[in-house]
Amino acid sequence: MFKERLNKFLIELANVSVFTASTVRHIFKRPFEYREFIRQLFEVGYKSFGLISITAFIMGLVLTMQTRPVMAEFGAESWVPTMVFLSVIIEIGPVLTALLFAGKVGSRIGAELSSMRVTEQIDAMEVSGVYPMKYLVVTRVLATTLMLPFLVFYADFLALLGSYVGYTLHNTIGLWLFIRESFDEVFFKDLIPATIKTFIFGFFIGILSCYKGYTTNKGAEGVGLATNSAVILSSLSIFIIDLIAVQITEIIL
Amino acid sequence: MTEVPGTYYKYVIEMCGVNKFFGEHKVLKDISLELSSDENLVILGRSGTGKTVLIKCIAGLETYDSGEIYVMGNNIGEMDDFALNDLRKNIGFLFQGGALYDSMTVEENLLFPLQRNARNLQEGEMSDLVDEVLVSVELIDAKYKMPQELSGGMKKRAGLARTLVLKPKVILYDEPTTGLDPFTAQGISELIVSVKERYKTASIVVTHDMKFARTTADRMIIMDQGQILAEGKYKELKMIENEIIKGFFN
Repeated sequence: MFKERLNKFLIELANVSVFTASTVRHIFKRPFEYREFIRQLFEVGYKSFGLISITAFIMGLVLTMQTRPVMAEFGAESWVPTMVFLSVIIEIGPVLTALLFAGKVGSRIGAELSSMRVTEQIDAMEVSGVYPMKYLVVTRVLATTLMLPFLVFYADFLALLGSYVGYTLHNTIGLWLFIRESFDEVFFKDLIPATIKTFIFGFFIGILSCYKGYTTNKGAEGVGLATNSAVILSSLSIFIIDLIAVQITEIIL
Repeated sequence: MTEVPGTYYKYVIEMCGVNKFFGEHKVLKDISLELSSDENLVILGRSGTGKTVLIKCIAGLETYDSGEIYVMGNNIGEMDDFALNDLRKNIGFLFQGGALYDSMTVEENLLFPLQRNARNLQEGEMSDLVDEVLVSVELIDAKYKMPQELSGGMKKRAGLARTLVLKPKVILYDEPTTGLDPFTAQGISELIVSVKERYKTASIVVTHDMKFARTTADRMIIMDQGQILAEGKYKELKMIENEIIKGFFN
């Protein structure tokens, strides 16, 4: 039983690797699908702003409201903006945004590609001399890779505003002073690893969701399975990459 | 429209001893056939006999385990992705459900392969070509409709139009009349015959409908359980004393 599962896992891993290599190979081959790429930037980026805005604002607000009493007990209330903002930009912002992104965008990509597969639309592209890998996969993977870091910056900013609102419920402070205090202990060495890992999160969300959708083969049932496993795999990959990124950051910095 | 990559070839399609397995199950057993450049070949068989797998192997959508398939002189088993992609511009494939891109209108469905394969054409020329093909399949009024707004027969016509827009040398039809009422099915079979004459294409049509096969076929092949049972013209096949073959004529 264990051997069978391990075997299945290794085969799946090999297939994902081949799929990833093929995607990367197609990125550099002409013709480029600019229009579809721009459309995907809009689909995965712009259409995620609403969800990210609400969540990020609440995240900053709640984090501040829960941290402030504890910090006040130790007489360190003035450190709340810095502490909350550091937590947000280093860890909570990238991971939470990536998880929401995996849920919203990963499921969309998984469902879209798998339904195209079961209705033979992907086969139809292949026989008409169009590269589905280029048109469907490369455009989506590039869009998720490039849009997630922007969404994370945006989420960090909104969390900062949420944090300000939470902080001013009990204290009086101007917005600019609050922002200056939040940035007091933030350095490039905090920002760069966090930003790099968001690109990697985006790439893996794109590639795993595309893989699950593109390779589905069980009819209507396959669409549900592909959508489900696209989200689960993408979410899981975020935590694994985060774990590796923390280790690497600790070694380097 | 596109240059055929192969050199000299006697048959548009030639299969020699092709075998295909799905796990332990052998779906194609030693299949050999030829298709001439001006021929409509109909493959008849019950559901699950491997007809669709056979034409998918020809189009390179399915791999096969042994044997050889030549399309316009090219051994497709030895071609890389990019060469196969070039060759496919000469092969049209009409899928069972039409396989129209559901986020595009009928016109966009036709323009999609054209914009990627006929880069020498101006936008106006492409638009004219799309109109011409839509007129030939009697679907010009549905040009701006989405696939969801089309009936089953219209979807197949639109799928055929998308295939014709690239001016292929051979068209593979997968169950073109399945799910259609007798009148619409008759319309589709007449369309297939007229397409052959107008666009000078060879074709392989996969079906289980003898009435339709009789209208469209120059030659027929009857398949059962992954192998070829008989081959010939309608009258020749009708004379064969075999339960399965008789079943199609009754």
